[in-house]
Amino acid sequence: MTVRIQTEDFDAGAETAAIRKGNPAIGAVASFVGIVRDVNEGDRVSEMTLEHYPGMTEKSIANIVTEARQRWHVIDALVVHRVGVLRPTDQIVLVVVASGHRGHAFAACEFIMDYLKTQAPFWKKERAGGRTRWVDARASDDAAAERWRTPRD
Amino acid sequence: MVTILYFARLREALGTGREELALPERVADLAGLRQALARRGGAWAEELGQGRRIRAAVNQDMASDDTSVRDGDEIAFFPPVTGG
Repeated sequence: MTVRIQTEDFDAGAETAAIRKGNPAIGAVASFVGIVRDVNEGDRVSEMTLEHYPGMTEKSIANIVTEARQRWHVIDALVVHRVGVLRPTDQIVLVVVASGHRGHAFAACEFIMDYLKTQAPFWKKERAGGRTRWVDARASDDAAAERWRTPRD
Repeated sequence: MVTILYFARLREALGTGREELALPERVADLAGLRQALARRGGAWAEELGQGRRIRAAVNQDMASDDTSVRDGDEIAFFPPVTGG
């Protein structure tokens, strides 16, 4: 398992290739890339700044990945999350899950992403219309994480 | 002494991201510490007072009002998270 917090961009193709390299047990790799959009709550966003809690952020993501591994068959997993100043079209987060079969890879990838959004300490500050504002947490993100509370296989 | 960290909107509103504090007497849990800090008034009362949706961590684990706090702990207060 790998968790990285970084300001630099990432190469999803290279990361995916690295995670499955030489491992014939891997039959499926699911990946998710989150990207900065140019509109939020009706306002045009010109840039955003991401802040995190060094130490706790890495630890909480590692805990989420560990929980995913307890629920699904996960051979390896990678989470890369960027911090600092990002602009629309920039990549912001990458989750890669390698498994024997697609069902486990898809589910674990979505679970990690849903929990990351509500549990991992990151905060976004947007610049829109010449002003900056802290982004509020969304109820829809809480609901997305909540649905995983019923254990499933 | 405890270390208290503030992030995001709280850090800006309070004008500090970190402080070392001798735990006030009778403060045994997170709710007690939050109340003690809110009693400083001004932005402290506004950001940490009752009714504000604030999350907290003790020693880098998510914590709740009744989580106990002890000398040497690293405590953090922050708004609900918005990553991903």
